[in-house]
Amino acid sequence: MSLLDKLDAVAAARKALLPEGVDVFGIPIEEVYSSTEAKIGNRRILFLGTNNYLGLTFAPECLQAAHKAIDSEGTGTTGSRMANGSYHGHRALEREFADFYHCQSCIVFTTGYQANLATISGLAGSGDVVLIDGDSHASIYDGCRLSGAEIIRFRHNDMTDLEKRLRRLGERSRSTLIIIEGIYSMLGDRAPLADIVKLKNAYHSILLLDEAHSLGVLGETGQGLVEETGLMDGVDFITGTFSKSLGGIGGYCVSNHSQLDQLRYVSRPYIFTASPTPATIASTRAALKLLRDGTKLRQQLWKNVHQLYSRLHELGYQLGPEPSPVIATILDTPQQALTLWNGLLEHGIYVNLILPPAAPDGKSLVRCSVSAVHTSDQMGHVGQAFAELREVIFPIAS
Amino acid sequence: MASDYTDTLQRLCHHLKQFTGPDVEITPQTDLINQLAIDSVKLLNLIMEVEDEFDISVPLNALADVQTVHELANLIHQIKSAK
Repeated sequence: MSLLDKLDAVAAARKALLPEGVDVFGIPIEEVYSSTEAKIGNRRILFLGTNNYLGLTFAPECLQAAHKAIDSEGTGTTGSRMANGSYHGHRALEREFADFYHCQSCIVFTTGYQANLATISGLAGSGDVVLIDGDSHASIYDGCRLSGAEIIRFRHNDMTDLEKRLRRLGERSRSTLIIIEGIYSMLGDRAPLADIVKLKNAYHSILLLDEAHSLGVLGETGQGLVEETGLMDGVDFITGTFSKSLGGIGGYCVSNHSQLDQLRYVSRPYIFTASPTPATIASTRAALKLLRDGTKLRQQLWKNVHQLYSRLHELGYQLGPEPSPVIATILDTPQQALTLWNGLLEHGIYVNLILPPAAPDGKSLVRCSVSAVHTSDQMGHVGQAFAELREVIFPIAS
Repeated sequence: MASDYTDTLQRLCHHLKQFTGPDVEITPQTDLINQLAIDSVKLLNLIMEVEDEFDISVPLNALADVQTVHELANLIHQIKSAK
């Protein structure tokens, strides 16, 4: 099969699975009205699939900071920090993230994907082992591949399974990086951090926690699962993204290991990627302040989460195991998921569609991402749409 | 040594039947992906089962060179032998 034939095979598989006319995985958005509403086609649509957990994409403080940074520092840095230097904003944001987590060091990256790629491939290498949760995000898998370390998976959130795999490694568990996520992007469930920290300590491994979906969402000041559980001392490295709760784009890694800073000289994704733009850094700095002081936003977010999760549960939908801002509806077949996704769009609601093999266990998912700035009425409208579509998805046999 | 490999192959085939159903014929030359329709996700799950069955660690990196049942059995055998 030639290089181009392989892409033709992808096109054929997409055509067989997906409906004509609607680009499910690249929906055209004509106008954005607010953090929660946009125009898709000719209709006003509610965003319920955008990971804008605190609704900060239109926060006046962030907009103003970004405008000011463009005016004073330009639109881009045009190169990597190793080649083109570190602007005041890059260094300031790193200090602010380190302070936020009460950590020694922080590195800021251009995307969240790059944060995992750079951190994992900088920490682990040939001869080391990376032990990852089976439901890990693609950026974790790709970072592991880039590292050259041996990749071993453990069953999702299964501590017996993790221990079994650590035991099999013997002395090699000491050169093992365990990687988990605060809230998993597919089903919205948390990692059992206390148990993982115990195992990590018992086997003398290193632990990396990705707080991509839990930053801003969990903990008194929004640090994530690490704050909710009070286990900062048990985690060696924390990565995360600016593109969800912080409403921008970029990523970070914080640690109390002073060696973190050496990643700047060995991590290829860091060395060879252009640094974040001044506007991105400025809006993220403003958003981080809002996130840190965002207790009320978090309260509203969790109120919305509970309202929608309990409504969908009451309607009989199979959901992820616990309420979280990622509310996944689990469907047996891609066709059911497509029908639900299309039906919600017709009701003016945009959500995420996840089909095998991206979804766990061969299932399909329709994933809602709840925001603090969704209103109770909007959550009610979503619940009503799911109620009406239930009979279409699960027709009652006559 | 050869009997160890044969034993590994038999146990592996027994596991593969759980993914394919009892009526599918499996030989050492059977292609895991093209003939048994074991996609990338099923393969990852199969590897977890194999790790438990043989009490070994199979790095995902090593799977790049595995296409057939024989190649997977051989990989398992090598890892077991190196323990």
